[in-house]
Amino acid sequence: MLLEISQLTVYGIVLGSIIALGAIGLSLLYGILRFAHFAHGDVMTVGAYLALAGVAGLGLPMWAAFGLALAGGIALAVLIDQALYRRLRRTAPVILLIASVGVALILRSLVQLVWGPDTQVYTQELQMPMRVLDIRLKPSQLQILIGTGVLVVLLHLFLTRTRTGKAMRAMADNPDLARVVGIDTEQVVIWTWVIGAGLAVAAGIFLGMDTRLQPTMGWHILLPVFAATILGGIGKPYGAIIGGMVVGVASELSTMIFPPVYKPAVAFALMVAMLLVRPTGLFGTPR
Amino acid sequence: MSLLALTGIRGGYGGADILNGVDLHVESGEIVVIVGPNGAGKSTAMKAVFGLVDVREGSLVFDGVDITRYRSDRLARLGISYVPQEKNVFASMTVHENLEMGAFIRRDDFTAQLERVYDLFPPLKEKRNTRTGALSGGQRQMVAMGRALMLEPKLLLLDEPTAGLSPAFTDLIFEKIVEINAAGVSILMVEQNAKQALGFAHRGYVLVLGANRFGDTGANLLANREVAEMFLGG
Repeated sequence: MLLEISQLTVYGIVLGSIIALGAIGLSLLYGILRFAHFAHGDVMTVGAYLALAGVAGLGLPMWAAFGLALAGGIALAVLIDQALYRRLRRTAPVILLIASVGVALILRSLVQLVWGPDTQVYTQELQMPMRVLDIRLKPSQLQILIGTGVLVVLLHLFLTRTRTGKAMRAMADNPDLARVVGIDTEQVVIWTWVIGAGLAVAAGIFLGMDTRLQPTMGWHILLPVFAATILGGIGKPYGAIIGGMVVGVASELSTMIFPPVYKPAVAFALMVAMLLVRPTGLFGTPR
Repeated sequence: MSLLALTGIRGGYGGADILNGVDLHVESGEIVVIVGPNGAGKSTAMKAVFGLVDVREGSLVFDGVDITRYRSDRLARLGISYVPQEKNVFASMTVHENLEMGAFIRRDDFTAQLERVYDLFPPLKEKRNTRTGALSGGQRQMVAMGRALMLEPKLLLLDEPTAGLSPAFTDLIFEKIVEINAAGVSILMVEQNAKQALGFAHRGYVLVLGANRFGDTGANLLANREVAEMFLGG
């Protein structure tokens, strides 16, 4: 029993890492652009498949494919922003939201068109799990945990040590004052896409490493990602990390009671409960 | 030549005009106070100086430059700093980060100015790593003013710097304004505590319905019976 709980908690942290990386981007984008980016899950999908193209298509090692996918995913997100979202910035946020649903459908269809609808994997090699205190952990899961840790530390350093990172926090905090102190808001928007899409690509690749690649993988994880964002307080990137972990661990632990297909329902229930009890999130202060 | 001169300013936020012909000027080294009843357009006049109002008619000249259609960031580069009345700090960021953001457009070394701001507001140095949202109202106002001073402006615009503050903090903020002015910064401010502000200001304007009704030295306005009865509560 205790072993099962520990084992599921570890799996939950792995899943939570993936959710958290998506949620941080979603939260940052909401903080800066004030709309819920529904295509975020599909940016994850695109990232995962770009890495597949690197590994399976070009025969690159995983780390190089990771870099390629990062560059490609970020370029795509900035392109979509400049070509589409930028024109809609002065309209109501709901229009941007609907536009992003459209982008989500387009991205998913493109992935299906290029790579086909079938399930694919990065490697056919059998992964032997390691055992630490009787808890099983696959090498890929360890890589996900380390990768997430590195990315979170890098993000923290970016947000607290760099001029651009501070400008990003300032704009999320108080957009009018950000303009008063002379922050170039369009430049901050582009940087937000770079960070948000970069983390989404990483999350997509990690998801593909942990499970398999499918054109709908990102769309399916979008709900837990949203749940994590809301749990952490929408617009708060650090809260999103905790939110991701809570959703991940709760989803895995729920399989002790419910069949695994109900995992998304657990995330949904958490989100609804949070919105009812504390809509500003775990660490939110009521305005 | 005036440091700042507004001539016949008309404009608003896109709808009906809120300013209906404002003329005012600030000489180098002065503290000028705008007083008047609620809805007179005091804050709007201030915002017009900082490029935040749709100016339809009239001209703004700062330091010999026509700034009528300038955007805020260009005005900041010319030496104007603005402290809004509300939401004038980055609440989720530390005191130190707020001051850094004040110097955002500076590419030179601003550590000397940072020290001067900390010397001016000693409580801020103590709380430099505290989240600004956790500070008291008076301390937040110090952060807001400190942030604006980071650009070493020639002209500081203060929109109701004592709004919502206790009398003790109000006195302290007024003392600091006089101190900042003594260091060579000209100040244009909107203030509710009209009597007190006109007491230390060099000159003042009474704004009514978006146009200036009176303009005189602080002492003369305080002595003016009509002004006293109408706007200073007898």
